[in-house]
Amino acid sequence: MEEEKVKSSRRKFLKSAATLAGATVGFSLLKSSQFLLYGAEPKDESLPWYGIVIDIQKCIGCGSCAKACKNENDVPVEPFFFRTWVEQYTVKNDGSVNIVSPNGGIDGFEQTVPDKDIFKSFFVPKMCNHCAKSPCIQVCPVGATYDSPEGVVLVDEKYCIGCRYCVQACPYGCRFIHPVKKVANKCTLCYHRLKKNLAPACMEVCPTGARMYGNLRDKNSELVKFLKEHTTQVLRPHLNTGSKLYYNALSSEVR
Amino acid sequence: MKFYIPPQLTRLALVFAIFIALFLALRHFLIPDTFGELGHYRAASLIDNAKPDVHYAGQLACFECHQDIEDLKKKDAHKEIHCETCHGSGQKHVLSGEAADIIKPAGREFCGRCHDMNAAKQKSVIHQIDLKSNNVGKSCLECHNPHQPWKKKK
Repeated sequence: MEEEKVKSSRRKFLKSAATLAGATVGFSLLKSSQFLLYGAEPKDESLPWYGIVIDIQKCIGCGSCAKACKNENDVPVEPFFFRTWVEQYTVKNDGSVNIVSPNGGIDGFEQTVPDKDIFKSFFVPKMCNHCAKSPCIQVCPVGATYDSPEGVVLVDEKYCIGCRYCVQACPYGCRFIHPVKKVANKCTLCYHRLKKNLAPACMEVCPTGARMYGNLRDKNSELVKFLKEHTTQVLRPHLNTGSKLYYNALSSEVR
Repeated sequence: MKFYIPPQLTRLALVFAIFIALFLALRHFLIPDTFGELGHYRAASLIDNAKPDVHYAGQLACFECHQDIEDLKKKDAHKEIHCETCHGSGQKHVLSGEAADIIKPAGREFCGRCHDMNAAKQKSVIHQIDLKSNNVGKSCLECHNPHQPWKKKK
């Protein structure tokens, strides 16, 4: 009797285990269930998916972008809170690189390296890369930072607990803790402006058109055309962040 | 065969049931509304992020009143530059119409932000002068109209 019981329960166990395994495999093959299994939300194809291009050759380091960004988004004026800023790289004849960003470029730049020592010099505007696989979102313990359906990385200020984990996770240094609100703060690609059909403030004021944004899904958009026609590069591609900020004519000195 | 559940198992099941119920209740109260609707975040936060008022109105708003400047500007080198690049954020001025609500920049330093000589600026992108030697002491606006920079004043 005892032996029979064991046998029947083993058969039962194997049966139910097989059913469970079969159901799991079958379920995972269903497209609609993949959100639950892999945490990848289905994207709304009707919305634009934003990408950004910055043309380093066109940037003149006037700092209008950084200034306008602070103004538009009420970013604290102290010189270490920036949603966007400009750096100047100067490669000297001896090969060394001088990198400066006085007050994020807001007050303009003065060339400190004498002309005879300069091999080449250029400005690099920096901002959030709005990564498709962004490290800052992955580390947030409460789900207070996220990738919007438009591909814009945003912060939920009401839900953020200010743990600073995302600040140190961002490989591009694009986040900071707001000194008054005590929550994470970052470039929103002027989400409030995009929703009103206005360009982000930095792009509105850029005098040379060095910054561009557009819909990566629309294969005829200005942005996609630009990407096709130029040799562009993202920052730190080896980190596989899925950065959607493309730099034209990026020099290897840029970090 | 009679199916027999020992009493310690029933008690354990009860404890488990209480824990699960507690967990579900806590979860219900701790997870905010709209969380998980679009992903691992509060969907309502998208609305919060879209809410702030704009400070920069965009140049189409400027041209609604300043048609004359649009006509001036489009003929010369500054045609690509939007009004608020120099005049600062204009939404307040758009709403009030007061001249006090907009900046009218002047001075060599302001023009120099773009036009001062710097090795990092490409010559094909921007016309540069050396502020330290070019017409020292004079304001750029004495000769140039910023809306039409190459049509020099007499």
